[in-house]
Amino acid sequence: MKKIHISNGHIIDPANNIDQQGSVYIADGKIFAVNEQVSDFTADISIDASNSIVCPGFVDLSVRLRDPGQSYKGTILSETMAAASAGVTTLCLPPDTSPVIDTQAVIELIADKAEKASYAQVYPIGALTHKLAGSELSSMFALKEAGCIAVSNATAPLASLLVLRRAMEYASSHNLLVMYQPDEASLSNQGCVHEGAFATRYGLPCIPEAAESIAVAQYLELADLTGCRLHFSQISCRRSAIKIQQAKKYGLKVTADVAIHQLHLTEDDIEPFNSSFHVLPPFRTKKDKQSLRESLANGTIDIICSDHQPHDIDAKLGAFPETEPGISSLETLLPLTLRLVQDNAITLSQGIAALTQNPAETLGIQRGTLTSGLPADICIFDPALSWIVNQDTWKSAGHNTPFWGQTLKGRVTHALQSGEIIYAL
Amino acid sequence: MTNLQLNKEGKLKHFLSIEGLSKESLTEILDTAESFSSMSEQRVKKVPLLRGKTIVILFFENSTRTRTTFELAATRLSADVLTMNISTSATSKGESLLDTIRNLEAMHVDMFVVRHAISGAGHFIAQNAAPHISVINAGDGQHAHPTQAMLDMFTIRQYKHDFKELKVAIIGDILHSRVARSQIQALNTLGTKEVRVIAPKTLLPAHVESLGVKAFNSIEEGLAGVDVIIMLRLQKERMTSALLPTEREYFKCFGLTEKRLKLAKSNAIVMHPGPINRGVEIESCIADGPQSVILQQVGNGIAVRMAIMSLTLQSNIEAL
Repeated sequence: MKKIHISNGHIIDPANNIDQQGSVYIADGKIFAVNEQVSDFTADISIDASNSIVCPGFVDLSVRLRDPGQSYKGTILSETMAAASAGVTTLCLPPDTSPVIDTQAVIELIADKAEKASYAQVYPIGALTHKLAGSELSSMFALKEAGCIAVSNATAPLASLLVLRRAMEYASSHNLLVMYQPDEASLSNQGCVHEGAFATRYGLPCIPEAAESIAVAQYLELADLTGCRLHFSQISCRRSAIKIQQAKKYGLKVTADVAIHQLHLTEDDIEPFNSSFHVLPPFRTKKDKQSLRESLANGTIDIICSDHQPHDIDAKLGAFPETEPGISSLETLLPLTLRLVQDNAITLSQGIAALTQNPAETLGIQRGTLTSGLPADICIFDPALSWIVNQDTWKSAGHNTPFWGQTLKGRVTHALQSGEIIYAL
Repeated sequence: MTNLQLNKEGKLKHFLSIEGLSKESLTEILDTAESFSSMSEQRVKKVPLLRGKTIVILFFENSTRTRTTFELAATRLSADVLTMNISTSATSKGESLLDTIRNLEAMHVDMFVVRHAISGAGHFIAQNAAPHISVINAGDGQHAHPTQAMLDMFTIRQYKHDFKELKVAIIGDILHSRVARSQIQALNTLGTKEVRVIAPKTLLPAHVESLGVKAFNSIEEGLAGVDVIIMLRLQKERMTSALLPTEREYFKCFGLTEKRLKLAKSNAIVMHPGPINRGVEIESCIADGPQSVILQQVGNGIAVRMAIMSLTLQSNIEAL
């Protein structure tokens, strides 16, 4: 394996409290040294990282690859390549593929394809219930053995709170993390936008915040009862953040993430009937956005994820409520995180921790840091480099983003996964 | 999106929603409708304004009154009219909305009049139709029903002349009503002094005040001193989805009775977009009484729709 020397970069590694100019040395696919005098190191490849930030590769907790099952929307190859170009070197794949991730065979298929693609490291999330149907437990132990990093029921509802209790008990027996995107389906009632002024004006089916915060409250109660490790995915409103903050204070083992676009857009930003703004959970109010930003700054929300959901053109071509929800968002993850820093919502180090150290710790994997001896997953980006979101720059098969055509600042120049250069601009 | 309705010269190209239209545009529609309204009393009820134009009335939802007034309006403008009830046609075979539109476009039509159960369907069709085609929204989901709102404005203007001093109350299922949304926008654009909505909380949308209305949960308070009362039809399915207990209780709380009518101004007019549920939202004697203008509304629907069809198609002809 090649020896690599990254020099002159501004190194930020929140896990090791590093925030300074220096060099990173890589050998045998692992971090060899950071900012030390290394004698006898003859690099095969030298990367000059002047004017750039060098940090751990991003760990993204929710990336739909659409593969297996919906390869017309995206493939493991196309989307892990897009991930690499976005600095994401590790990603979690939710179980709502087709077939569902609830057998060893599906996990092996995904692992094979991901290895062949050899871009980002893919961790499948196993189904919490058999076929995600919400009533019978999946074979969680077998799924864990086959390589699942956590379990979740994706966006499918559970039959009852009793099933949830049993599933949490069983998952925690095997020390499996349960991931959950909070939604009480009877209250969200097939809505497509936030229940607020926008929905009222345009007569669109809508979702109150309580649909989310009630679900948060139920899961917190049962996590406390069962001792299960719980992670909330894609929190969208203030009420949820308050409940999670209280639970953390109380000492519950719970973490939370937010989708990057929720930290920037609100119901006021939706262009009427423009389906690229159709996403679940929906864009909430300015107050919610502000609260989510504060929660990220004070640690209530630990992690930023992309919640990447690429779509084909037809999925977004229709009257707004009939289109499929979701945003193709891997490639806007870094520039929009940097925009939070520019807005003084968080520090750069906090932003990078939310993309690296924190998700890695939630998953319990030895990634997301530049610690010597660990796999060399590295992202190098130029924070000042502007680019336009268009056909020429975009890698994902899904072009469904409300940021299409906009100029964004901050671009990944190199991505390394276990010491291999998987992307260079 | 506001530009979507207007052509480069700022003239009406599509008619999808009241939102984004100026007071001047709305007034132009009302004035044009006025010139058509005397026509229906003449022996020859036709003008050749749209001769040679093909109008497709495309209804994905059932309706009698709206559809027939559109047909009559188009016929009186001398256009060729094709009515399609799609609920029983192609889409039930899995053809997409866009495919239906593309197929009709290939037959060189000039205008679509569309009713659809999904909010935003009209906008979607206007965005994707060929540039020479005008689209008129005849009701989309719970979003808008702008031609109904304009015929209501026309009726109000006939009786009350100026909107500036008017207090208008809309009573009923505001939450699910595309008619109410368009009426509120039109009344506010035309400078109405006060617009009120009266309903139980289950039938009011969240943040309803953001539409520029005062909300009342009591009909007695809401009706006090109003000049115009607009009743909305109560759909039966509201009872099965736990929004209301019974029709009887609704009538008890929100039905327009003679006693309650007396709370409004003595010359107040009573309107209803139809069809009426007698004894559910309104007492029969009021619906048929001297203050009711419900049948005038229906008649005015033809003139207003003639105005909107001719204005949109003419702006398109001028642009070409």
